Amino acid sequence: MATAARNTDCLHARSSDALLICEHCDTVYRRRPLARGEVARCVRCGAELDRHRALSVNALLALILTAMIVFLQANIWPIFTLGLSGQFSATTLWGMIVTMWEQGAQVVAVLAAATLFFFPMTKMLVMGWLLWFARMGRRAPGFAPLMVALHRIGPWTMSEVFVLGALVAIVKAHTYFEVVADPGIYAYGALTLLITIFAGVDMRQLWEQTPEPKP
Amino acid sequence: MSTLPRAVDLGLIGCRMCGLVCRNVAGNMQLDGDGVDDAMACPRCGSTLRRRKTNSYARTWALLIAGFILYIPANVLPIMRTASLNDVDDNTIISGVVELWTNGSADLAIIVFLASIVVPMLKFLSLGMLLVTSQRGSDWARLQRARLYRLVEFIGYWSMLDVFVVALLTALVRFNVLSRVEPLPGVIFFGLTVVLTMLASMSFDPRLIWDGRNTDD
Ligand SMILES: [Zn+2]
Ligand SMILES: [Zn+2]
Repeated sequence: MATAARNTDCLHARSSDALLICEHCDTVYRRRPLARGEVARCVRCGAELDRHRALSVNALLALILTAMIVFLQANIWPIFTLGLSGQFSATTLWGMIVTMWEQGAQVVAVLAAATLFFFPMTKMLVMGWLLWFARMGRRAPGFAPLMVALHRIGPWTMSEVFVLGALVAIVKAHTYFEVVADPGIYAYGALTLLITIFAGVDMRQLWEQTPEPKP
Repeated sequence: MSTLPRAVDLGLIGCRMCGLVCRNVAGNMQLDGDGVDDAMACPRCGSTLRRRKTNSYARTWALLIAGFILYIPANVLPIMRTASLNDVDDNTIISGVVELWTNGSADLAIIVFLASIVVPMLKFLSLGMLLVTSQRGSDWARLQRARLYRLVEFIGYWSMLDVFVVALLTALVRFNVLSRVEPLPGVIFFGLTVVLTMLASMSFDPRLIWDGRNTDD
C-alpha cells in the first residue's frame, strides 16, 4: 500500500465522504442526505447516484438469513414433476446440472452450476458474514477483499431467470405431459421476491457504516 | 453551458469497486479507453484505480464480435431434440417460439422471443453503435445513448432463459422410449453468446460516451 499512499490522496478522511462520482459519466457531486424513499439521480446522464437506505443492517441480516433458508429449500426439493402414462419424472437443480453434464452439454452444466448455485450461495454467505460483523459495529475479517468479490459476482447470479425458465418449461411440457408443481418451484418463487428486495440494496454502504480499522 | 464538473477535470478518480473518491496525484492518463495503466491502488479496498476501464474499446469489440460469431450457430443449429415413440424433432430457438405461439401461449412466446432474439440483437446493435459513436467522440444524443447502455446492461442476462428451459426439459422428459429430450449443440453456442455479450457490456465504459471533443452539453 506504499504506492497508494504516495500516488493518491484520499479525500474521504478529511471531507467525510462528501463527494460522489457518477459511475456512468464521471460527474462529481456533493453527497447530501436523502429523504425516505428518495433516489438521487445524475443530472447529466440520469443514472442512479445514491438512494435512501431504508433497511437497517439488522433488517438486511434477517432478510439474508431468510434467503439462505429459502435457497436451501429451493435446492433440496424437486422443482416440478412430469407424468406420462403412469410414469413420473422429477428433478432438482442439481439433478438438472448432472443430466446436462451427462448429455454432453458440459458448458451448460457449468454455467447453470455457477449462476444458479455457486455464485448465489457465495453472495449470500459473504453478505451474511459482512452483515453479522457490521451489526456488532465491526468490519468482518477479510472485509475489503470480500466487498470487492461481492461487487464482482453481482451480475452473475441468475436465479430469477431460472424461475421464468421453469415457467416456460412447465407451459411447454403441459402440452404433452401431466405437470405437478413441487415445493422447489415455490421456494424459487419466494427467492425471486427476496432478490427483488435486495436489488435496491447497495452493500457498499458498509464502507461508510463500519469504522475503518486503526492502522 | 453546463457547469457540472467531471472527475477527470478536477483530477479526481472514483473507485469502481468501493466508490471512494481519490485525488489523482499520478497525473495524466489517456482517456481514449485504450489508455495506459498505472499502478495506483485504492487506499480503502486495494483495487486498482483507473479513470476509465482498461482497453475498453478493444476488449468490448473483441467480445462483441466473438459473441456475434457464436450467435450464428446458436440460431442455425437446433438447441434440443424431442424424441417420442414414432417421432424425432429437432428444435431451434425460433421453432421453440413458434411452438409456444401455436399452442396458445402467446404471452410466453413473446417473452422467449424477447429474451432469445430481441435482447441479443439489441445488444449487438447497441454496443456496436455505442462503440462507433464514442470512438468518434460524437456528441449526438448522449443522454439517450447513456440510457441505452444502462438498458442493455440491465436486461442482458435474461437471455439465459432458453438455456435453462432446455436444461430443465432435458432433466425432466426422461421416459425411456416413450419420450425424451436431449440438448443439441445450439444451446451451448447460445449459452456462450450470452456470457460473451455480458462480458462485452461490462467491458464498455459508459463514461466514454461523455468524453468527446466538447464534453459539456
Ligand atoms: Zn452521470
Ligand atoms: Zn476502492
